[in-house]
Amino acid sequence: MAHAHAHDGHDHDHHHGPDKGIMRWIKTTNHKDLGTLYLCFSFIMFFIGGLMSLVIRAELFQPGLQFVDPEFFNSMTTMHALVMIFGGVMPAFTGLANWMVPMMIGAGDLALPRVNNWGFWILPFGFAMLLSTLFMPGGAPAGGWTMYPPLVLQTGNAFPMLIFAVHLLGISSITGAINVVVTILNMRAPGMTLLKMPLFVWTWLITAYLLIATMPVLAGAVTMLLTDKYFGTSFFTASGGGDPVLFQHIFWFFGHPEVYILILPAFGIVSTIIPTFARKPLFGYASMVYATASIGFLSFIVWAHHMFTVGMPLAAELFFMFSTMLIAVPTGVKVFNWVATMWRGSMTFETPMLFALGFVFLFTLGGFSGLMLAITPVDFQYHDTYFVVAHFHYVLVPGAVFSIIAAIYYWIPKWTGRMYNEKLGKLHFWLSAIFINVTFFPQHFLGLAGMQRRVPDYNVMFTDFNVVSSIGAFAFFFSQFIFIGNMLVCMFGKRDGKVSDRVWEGTHGLEWTVPSPAPYHTFEDPPQVGENGEPVSAGQTAKAH
Amino acid sequence: MSMTKWMRSLVGLLAGTFASAVAHAETARSQYNLPVGATDISAQVHSLHMLILGVVTVIGVGVFGTMIYSIINHRRSKHPKPADFHESTTVEIVWTIIPFFVLIAMAVPAAGTLIKMEDTRNADLTVKITGFQWGWKYEYVGQDYEFVSMLSPESNQARQLGANKTPAELAQVDGGNYLWEVTNPLVLPTGKKVRFLITAQDVIHAWWVHDLAVKKDAIPGYINEAWTKINEPGTFRGVCAELCGRDHGFMPIVVKALPETEFNTWLAQKKGVEVAAVAPAVLTEAAPAAAEPAAAAPVEVAAATSAPAAAPAAKALSKDELMAQGKKVYEANCQACHQANGAGLPPNFPSLVGSPVANGDAKAHVGQVLHGKTGGGMMPPFKQLTDAEVAAVVTYERQSWGNKGSVVQASDVAALR
Ligand code: HEC
Ligand SMILES: [Cu+2]
Repeated sequence: MAHAHAHDGHDHDHHHGPDKGIMRWIKTTNHKDLGTLYLCFSFIMFFIGGLMSLVIRAELFQPGLQFVDPEFFNSMTTMHALVMIFGGVMPAFTGLANWMVPMMIGAGDLALPRVNNWGFWILPFGFAMLLSTLFMPGGAPAGGWTMYPPLVLQTGNAFPMLIFAVHLLGISSITGAINVVVTILNMRAPGMTLLKMPLFVWTWLITAYLLIATMPVLAGAVTMLLTDKYFGTSFFTASGGGDPVLFQHIFWFFGHPEVYILILPAFGIVSTIIPTFARKPLFGYASMVYATASIGFLSFIVWAHHMFTVGMPLAAELFFMFSTMLIAVPTGVKVFNWVATMWRGSMTFETPMLFALGFVFLFTLGGFSGLMLAITPVDFQYHDTYFVVAHFHYVLVPGAVFSIIAAIYYWIPKWTGRMYNEKLGKLHFWLSAIFINVTFFPQHFLGLAGMQRRVPDYNVMFTDFNVVSSIGAFAFFFSQFIFIGNMLVCMFGKRDGKVSDRVWEGTHGLEWTVPSPAPYHTFEDPPQVGENGEPVSAGQTAKAH
Repeated sequence: MSMTKWMRSLVGLLAGTFASAVAHAETARSQYNLPVGATDISAQVHSLHMLILGVVTVIGVGVFGTMIYSIINHRRSKHPKPADFHESTTVEIVWTIIPFFVLIAMAVPAAGTLIKMEDTRNADLTVKITGFQWGWKYEYVGQDYEFVSMLSPESNQARQLGANKTPAELAQVDGGNYLWEVTNPLVLPTGKKVRFLITAQDVIHAWWVHDLAVKKDAIPGYINEAWTKINEPGTFRGVCAELCGRDHGFMPIVVKALPETEFNTWLAQKKGVEVAAVAPAVLTEAAPAAAEPAAAAPVEVAAATSAPAAAPAAKALSKDELMAQGKKVYEANCQACHQANGAGLPPNFPSLVGSPVANGDAKAHVGQVLHGKTGGGMMPPFKQLTDAEVAAVVTYERQSWGNKGSVVQASDVAALR
């Protein structure tokens, strides 16, 4: 069994609390500080990416071109995706892992605190590089976030910036992933066997493996693009004997596991929140773990379903159709388990629970359209239309993003020692849930009726649904300010001492044994975990309390 | 956008939608769902779509129904004491196994349709489709006939930033087919298996016609295959589906299906233009019946192209007449690449402003238009234009944007064919 060595003593000078001022944040190796940094960074990125989506929706509000040149429009769709995926969702999950993984497994910090600091501080530089291309002559990358050659090779001066930014973001993700793996495998509190770990820890462990396996693949692919453009190679150039489709295979070999990188931690969060507010243990813990692992495995053998129209041999099309359909099985198991957890529970509907339930409903909807997309002959019709846009936004926004919001509502009382405003939280939920559907549901119809994606203009036939979708997008965006305000009050408002250590009545797990707000250092001496997964002796910080 | 403009668009919104509904009587496109389409395959794809939609709806009703029931009845106010169960091997095995069977039930018909879609053997006619930024070139393989098809000039003007059209106005563009009309439609026979060989010149495109349920990527260096067999005559509209740069949204596809005999007449007539051009007299008004069978056939080359053809080719025209006609021909055939101001879109499409060809020997200029240049760049041949049209457009290019080339007459072009 792995034992925690959190008291290794590498950071003795930090034992008396954080530095003061800006240097605290630049030099920090504390998992809680870095978690906060990651989360704040991701919210800045969500904001920027959200503004880009508003440019897109403003242009699409009406047929005809009103505001932007088509090339700039393409830059917006490209940058929106890159910013939201690599700047928003992934850092937000890493931030949550930073905060919660050590506290959930009874470790004092992540295993590699300096790597952790470095991993975070790469990000602002990566994004400064990427976003600076917006102000460069020739404009920002506009070839789509999928960067398919030969189109992406037509990118101007922004091209090397794009490639190096992707490299930096990849390095950051890999450092974060290695840190999570090493921490989970080596620093669990005594008694916490693998099958006693909270599901959030499990899902992150599998996510981390996916990251380590796939980010280098992406880095390799974009490096090949770089040499194709500047050093005369022709990996992907047909006229030089290369193969443009090869890039798509490599890209999606990364890209499909990436999709699960964006959703597995969300599964973990929802599996944590629903039992708390149903006051009933998670149904089928073991099958949840196996389902997560099989999703992780399957994610490596389905990649070509993103490219059914490239003209693959029939056998390959059949294989990828069947393997893709298989993913529905473990995903179904998860949804059934969540519903069974709710069944005959004693539920209350605080904001985190509302967002978790919203997740189950809407993510499942996205799963349904995903299953439809798996059917290759019909996928030919759906592919590259707004149907796909609707599908992946359903799994990413009310999926991944709702889970992040739920997690923050759920844990922020523990982080700050102050309860958020429940009324505003509920208002935030209902506005978000309504407007996300107003935004994305009509896009299913647009896609089925034949509107292709990544276009700034459309036939008047598509006007109505685009109007509705744009209104929804603006309303959703502005609803999020309720959330920001609520969180800022938690962070900077006066602590009223009303938050207990348990915070929520139905909580289980080590993170709830430490005081609220969680002290700067927790579990310097690891707690002892008993047979049932509950702590039998508290760690040092909890004793001090 | 000014305030009044906003008001105008909002008012135009309803009117526009109504107008579009009327204009779409042609194919009656559904606003909500996949079309049944015009081929057996597209109908099968549609029923597969409805099948799986039905399956997920049933599952959805079950799952969401249970959830909602639980949310209502197992809330703390109604159900204060939670149960304590947290696993059941039987239940878990059951809900892992049942989905397997549901999936198999869907996979079998899907595989059947897929196998049919991929069977491109025994075609009656082969059309090679080449995508380029931003249009399509169609080549009737073995028939020695090819042409380029791009966004119609009317849509192209309306879609410019600053054109400031309301939805109601856009609903009138190209008879309701704003962004869905092309300069030259692809004409196919009904009831015949047509094989497509799909490739691209520059970047990846995707040739997609909704009603035919055909979507295949056009990839430089690859030749992809697809096929269709259209049951009834009609017009079917599609678009490029793969992001291909700035004007990705503006490279539509129009397929016109004609009964076989009409198709044969059309093709013969099209190929005839080249033959007839040797004897320019055929194209004059003196022999309209022989020269204009196209008027009888439902297929027209874009109106702008055929209009100037009515002018007597043999007669020398004044420079002003040539310029006026040339502008029309230019807008219909050349503008998409060389742009309205002649500046082109370097590096792919060269500028004609101050170009040595447009200012130098007229022979080279006419040759460029008649024979195109398909080496590194992508300038299709314009053999299908009449002598009068070529003369007009060449004159237009040689006399516009500060160019100082000579005036060219139809007789000069005829001599160079
Ligand atoms: C599909 C895009 C496209 C269309 C449509 C097109 N051109 Fe071109 N054109 C080109 C390209 C590409 C070249 C450069 C060819 C080369 O040299 O490789 C070119 C070159 C030319 C040149 C020579 C310019 C120079 O200085 O070398 C002339 C003249 C010309 N085109 C006239 C026309 C006319 C007249 C039409 C309409 C009837 C037309 N083009 C339509 C793409 C197009
Ligand atoms: Cu295209």
